[in-house]
Amino acid sequence: MSGDHTGENAALAARVRHVEALLEARGLVDAQELDRALEAFLARASPDNGARVVAKAWLDPAYRARLLADGAAAVTEVGATMGGGLQDQRLKVVENTPTSHNVVVCTLCSCYPVALLGPSPTWYKSESYRSRVVRDPRSVLAEFDFHLPPDVDITVWDATAETRFMVLPVRPAGTDSLDERALADLVTRNGLIGVAPV
Amino acid sequence: MPELFAPGDRVRTAHADPPHHTRLPRYARGAVGTVVEVEGAHPLADDRSRGLPAPPQPVYTVRFTARELFGEGDHDVTLAVWESHLEPS
Repeated sequence: MSGDHTGENAALAARVRHVEALLEARGLVDAQELDRALEAFLARASPDNGARVVAKAWLDPAYRARLLADGAAAVTEVGATMGGGLQDQRLKVVENTPTSHNVVVCTLCSCYPVALLGPSPTWYKSESYRSRVVRDPRSVLAEFDFHLPPDVDITVWDATAETRFMVLPVRPAGTDSLDERALADLVTRNGLIGVAPV
Repeated sequence: MPELFAPGDRVRTAHADPPHHTRLPRYARGAVGTVVEVEGAHPLADDRSRGLPAPPQPVYTVRFTARELFGEGDHDVTLAVWESHLEPS
């Protein structure tokens, strides 16, 4: 497996810090400008964005269809965006059904739809999760106390290029009376990755 | 950009084990899968990371069975695969 978060990447991080220091020393960027840009990006990045997308898709079949067809365009309807990083990213939303389940990983590094899910959890970046979930997803999900019935098919989505993935969970039973906000409150970050039912 | 493959096509990934960065994970080398869709066109990261010219080329979502990749398992794995890493199967 490549893409370890030490070694070469630590050297890369040192180079980035050095370039940043040079840009500041030569007056090309304000000392706080990069921090402000990062903070602004992260302030908008939250799993609540993904949760609101899911709740809207559960309530509105036309929105659900738009979301599955072009995720990046559809998330702008709830005020989220896949832009703001180095480049606009394609978003593929993958829909769970009672008979098929999806789970997301980046085996090469840790690609993740930060804008919709917030900063990724440490376990998502671990070699253990990245190497094992592609090989034996059912066991990995069980370690999250998520026990899928044997007749449910699993697809693991490995983000090896420029597309980011988000899971659209199955709407839980008994939620017919809930409004969009209450439905969004049911959705968890882990559900959007596919390691929890919702 | 014309694409060599279309959804439903059977494709095989490259066998090569290059000494440089590659976006084709080791576990998916020399494997046969089915094209799901075209994701777009992007510079091949393997080349771009080495400072080589890397014009955009098609990137495909390809679905593999776990049995094909690992010899066991009942799930599927999809990856994004650059056209350079694919041949018809």
